[in-house]
Amino acid sequence: MSEDVIKTDAVIVGAGPVGLFAVFELGLVDVKAHVIDILDRPGGQCAELYPEKPIYDVPGLTVVTGQELTDRLMEQIKPFGAEFHFSQRVESLERLDGGFRLTTDMGTVFECKVVIIAAGGGSFTPKRPPLPGIEAYEGKSVFYSVRKMDAFKDKDVLIVGGGDSALDWTLNLQPVANSLTLLHRRSEFRAAPASVQKMLELVDSGDVSFKLGQVTELHGDDGKLTGVTVKGTDGETFEQKTEVMLPFFGLTMKLGPVADWGLNLEENLIPVDTEKFESSEKGIFAIGDINTYPGKLKLILSGFHEAALMAQQAHNYVHPDKKLIFQYTTSSSSLQKKLGVK
Amino acid sequence: MARITFIQPDGTENTVDAEPGMTVMEAAVKNSIPGIAAECGGACACATCHVYVEEAWREATGQPEQMEEDMLDFAFDIRPESRLSCQIKVTEALDGLRVRIPEKQF
Repeated sequence: MSEDVIKTDAVIVGAGPVGLFAVFELGLVDVKAHVIDILDRPGGQCAELYPEKPIYDVPGLTVVTGQELTDRLMEQIKPFGAEFHFSQRVESLERLDGGFRLTTDMGTVFECKVVIIAAGGGSFTPKRPPLPGIEAYEGKSVFYSVRKMDAFKDKDVLIVGGGDSALDWTLNLQPVANSLTLLHRRSEFRAAPASVQKMLELVDSGDVSFKLGQVTELHGDDGKLTGVTVKGTDGETFEQKTEVMLPFFGLTMKLGPVADWGLNLEENLIPVDTEKFESSEKGIFAIGDINTYPGKLKLILSGFHEAALMAQQAHNYVHPDKKLIFQYTTSSSSLQKKLGVK
Repeated sequence: MARITFIQPDGTENTVDAEPGMTVMEAAVKNSIPGIAAECGGACACATCHVYVEEAWREATGQPEQMEEDMLDFAFDIRPESRLSCQIKVTEALDGLRVRIPEKQF
């Protein structure tokens, strides 16, 4: 097991704009970082919530989209060679002598000297339909993601939603499932046109059943779903038999396991000082939307500032024997060497 | 100035003053109205500012545009009077607007 442990200076939890810029600021002071994010790509909220939406308050850029800002940051931090670990959520944080051990839900283990929590509004998790009693079915017959397609072999499967996830899993699970029903509130889909086309072909051939409506009730026993009540577009309800339901209603942000890491929290935010942006615990920093302090503004530019100051203190923990001399990238040849421009 | 009334699922009503030009969601958030999460901050990207517009006001508030209709797919218990409050711009004509807040925003 020990050879699987990734040893590094810093682990950054969250690959949003602030987490990405932290790679840059840490890099300038010789702190190597690994970055972990629950999403399958960098950008955090910028990538998930508003890739195409304009941001007007990033200094120096009159207007930039969430995706463009992410792409530019990725380019900017390239010289520092940070390693990314996507589609993973940090589950636990343990204290070691002189450092920390973090373990993700995929079993990746990191040992580092400093932890930078740049988790924004928390980790993106699938939205749970607020249907009475749904908790009892979750993980048994109601699933928000597909880990193994085999689990749905020969089952009657109900997929709810009209986005890309709903369409993709309709196409992928149809050959495996005993029957597949797609339920959506309208006959338009906000999904890749090619997937919609394929789905409609499967409906025509009778391999997929498509129904209009919204689930209002779940029926079953002991976590085993037997069917659901659906309110159709005409307001009439009908019963739909199914063994499995997969609701795809997008993602929402939840604080997640950070709450269990033994840090002081104030209304789900991590209080920090405004000098080093360090939490109640030495070596654990919080920057960006997830922290709080008097006067805090949830702005990308504030997060960038926080990353710069955090890096100064992180350097002191990682390189206690080295004195940090403040330098400018414009004039310092050593910084320019790190950036690969000299 | 337009006065907007938010009705909670339990019937509690809160009436707030809104400036023309702001959105109904902004009026709610500014006045700490419970039940309007507005997770994405008004980018029409999260569907957590879902409201039901009272029948009398449906014409004045208009119909959702394509992007909003798409986003409503990610809200719960959608009805014909469903709107995302970040997409309703406040005008003088909406003085007196009444919207109901759903039981859950997901």
